[in-house]
Amino acid sequence: MQAKKSLVTTLAAACFAVSIGHAAPAAETPKRGGTLTYMIPADAPPSLDGHREGTYATVHTVAPFYSVLMRVDPENPADTTRFVCDLCLEVPKPTDDGKTYTFKIRTGVKFQDGSPLTAADVAASWHEIIFPRKGVLSARANWYSMVDEVGAADATTVVFKLKFATPVFLPALADPYAFIYEQKILDADPHLYETHVMGSGPFRFVNYTIGQSIEGVRNPDYYHKGEPYLDGFKGIFAPKQSVRVDAIRSDRAAIEFRGLPPSARDELTKDLGDKITVQTSDWNCGNLITPNASRKPFDDVRVRRALLLAIDQWRGGPALSKIANVHTVGGIVFPGSPLAATKAELQQLAGFWPDIEKSRAEGLSFELLNRNVDQPYKFVGIWLVDEWSKIGVHATQKVVPTGPWFALMRAGDFDVVVEANCNSIVNPVLDTQKYLPHDVFVENYGYYKDPVEADLYEKMLREPDPTKLRTLMRAYEKQIIDVEAHEFPMLWWERIMVYQSYVKGWKIGPSHYINQDLADIWLDR
Amino acid sequence: MYQYILKRVLLTIPTLLGAAALVFLLMRLIPGDICLVRLGGGGSSFDPRALANCHAEIGIDRPFIVQFLEFIWGAIRLDFGTSMWSGKPVIVEIAARLPVSLEIAVLATVVAVSIAIPLGTISALKQNSWLDVVVRVFAIGGIATPSFWIGIVSILLVLDISGWITGTPWMPPIDYVPFWKNPIANLSMVALPAITVGYRYAAVSMRMTRSAMLEVMKEDYIRTARAKGLINKLIINRHALKNALLPIVTLIGIEFAFLIGGLVVTEQVFNLNGVGRLFVQAVQNQDYTLTQALVMLTVAVFVFTNLAVDLLYAWLDPRIRFN
Repeated sequence: MQAKKSLVTTLAAACFAVSIGHAAPAAETPKRGGTLTYMIPADAPPSLDGHREGTYATVHTVAPFYSVLMRVDPENPADTTRFVCDLCLEVPKPTDDGKTYTFKIRTGVKFQDGSPLTAADVAASWHEIIFPRKGVLSARANWYSMVDEVGAADATTVVFKLKFATPVFLPALADPYAFIYEQKILDADPHLYETHVMGSGPFRFVNYTIGQSIEGVRNPDYYHKGEPYLDGFKGIFAPKQSVRVDAIRSDRAAIEFRGLPPSARDELTKDLGDKITVQTSDWNCGNLITPNASRKPFDDVRVRRALLLAIDQWRGGPALSKIANVHTVGGIVFPGSPLAATKAELQQLAGFWPDIEKSRAEGLSFELLNRNVDQPYKFVGIWLVDEWSKIGVHATQKVVPTGPWFALMRAGDFDVVVEANCNSIVNPVLDTQKYLPHDVFVENYGYYKDPVEADLYEKMLREPDPTKLRTLMRAYEKQIIDVEAHEFPMLWWERIMVYQSYVKGWKIGPSHYINQDLADIWLDR
Repeated sequence: MYQYILKRVLLTIPTLLGAAALVFLLMRLIPGDICLVRLGGGGSSFDPRALANCHAEIGIDRPFIVQFLEFIWGAIRLDFGTSMWSGKPVIVEIAARLPVSLEIAVLATVVAVSIAIPLGTISALKQNSWLDVVVRVFAIGGIATPSFWIGIVSILLVLDISGWITGTPWMPPIDYVPFWKNPIANLSMVALPAITVGYRYAAVSMRMTRSAMLEVMKEDYIRTARAKGLINKLIINRHALKNALLPIVTLIGIEFAFLIGGLVVTEQVFNLNGVGRLFVQAVQNQDYTLTQALVMLTVAVFVFTNLAVDLLYAWLDPRIRFN
């Protein structure tokens, strides 16, 4: 996959680099020592077990304690196609017509309790993720439906055998939640990792106070030479944004790893000048608008298209990005990916035409269901109500907390809903399964049926050739947006990282889930 | 007296059971699903089988009646089970947060009482003087201004003033350290919230102290005491204030109970890992077991604070004791 980087890849990467407002800092010689204090924008993770959780709160809390088999390149996390080894020695080329991947595992790696990490631990962890035993929860097991078996051939070799060759497998292995656990602990009690930490990552666990903080110190046995640079870290939980902004402003904390809104960036840079560094990136998250196709008049594709055509994303993007975490106009694929539509391709689709006046039609009233989250859901919702009012459509926004929002979507009790699709590793085929019809993918709440779309997805899943895959993705996107107007992908979110300038070595990526082990960070003070 | 105490203690049992039944039903009336919030709240996709496993694991796929009986049986044994969100025993979750809330509540009460009673008394004794006007304005300001707003403004002021003086903005610590481990760090974190919460609390108590004192000072027994030739200090301390304290004690009791679980916004503003913040988190996450336990804790605090106030009444007012 890496070898097949095309011109498109290069162009997409160039576009992505342009979207980064402040370039990543130039290479400097890292200094050793110091303790990093950072904020975790959550109350407390449900559990400490990455395999079972879906919230970034778990990753931001325990990722520094764990190793993974593969990961995004920490030197260039913005590159959506580059995945490197963490515990493996080399990213393998598949054999057996693309159906077998054989990983050689590092030797000399130790868990915090002193036990050696072997291929058996890697295989057992992945077995637990892909084929969870009864009573064990694995949040992303469906990502690995192509895997037939996984096992350790010997103490340093792990083999994945697939049912069919697919380009989505290797990126999926870089899942930032896929921590490597100790086999003997998993065998004795697979639930132990929910409350305990026992990893082999750059830091060793020291202390966790529920809802308050997590602390770690440097792992002297860490296998990446010279890393980590920090003596230790302390993560402090703070769900309220104003606390996090004030903490960075007063240097109670140096950074938070999710992202702050434009207003916080402006406030901190105005107050602290060059003591503050800003990195921005497109975020692998975006809102999507889902009309309920089981309810009239949204069962009519003409109505759905009229609503989609009324939205002027090209003008909305630059305007909204001043107040909300949204930025880039894009289709269903993350804009930094080679599989993403170019501007010219997008402008062929309904809702993305360059001439908005030509797009707009007349008349209708309905309720727009939205989630009670400011950034950027409510901003996007208000903007949409305004956009639709320009064609005489009267939309009333109904904002509800997360629980009822899910309940109403699952019950089909809504007209049109503002949703989001937010993913970690940029893996476009898996990322866009959210758009599959409800009878194929239950987390789709559009309640439409579309065998053409499902068939295109199935073909993409099994298409190893990048050029053909890209053509299929365009057809899939056109079917969803232009032909059927099942879903309206809105502006892609913008990740704005604002932090104390003495924090060095950290590079922004397109997701707040990735590159969180803190191994490359150092403090310049 | 013993019969009075026994009667009051026995009355708490049906109150607690009624509250338990009510909170169980109300929580289930809110639409939503903790497993969906947990697995899909971040916007990422998840395996539908994980959703079913999650339901089975926390037991919300069982009939309501089974869940209800289990909850009531647990409540009787003071066992509220494990948090559906974290899987930790509810008692552990609450115990981690209770010291913070308790410390703020105690300190805010100290701040409130030490401001309210002297100022309220002076205000009543110097009725309609310039001093009375100042105290009343101070009190009305405290009632009218939400304590979280004062909290936000006080943090910003501290940041701006410290930045202006030292060149580096300073704010109170944001990670809680117990008093016995580091008294300075502890007090520098809890002082601002205790003062901001204590101010509103003091304002309410001040108004109550003033009106109770004005009432009492017009009573016949005060006139009699004056006629006997008692000095003013003795009249105020022994005869007026003690009788005026009855409604103030009730108010302080209710306010104290409220502070244990009610500092929802203040705890967020100051990043205090307390019971109020936990409460919001539990409701948002639809964590039935934790919310039920927290409601029961709040009800119990109210019930037992009221009981303590009633007993204090009996001590302050012999008529209650003897009737």
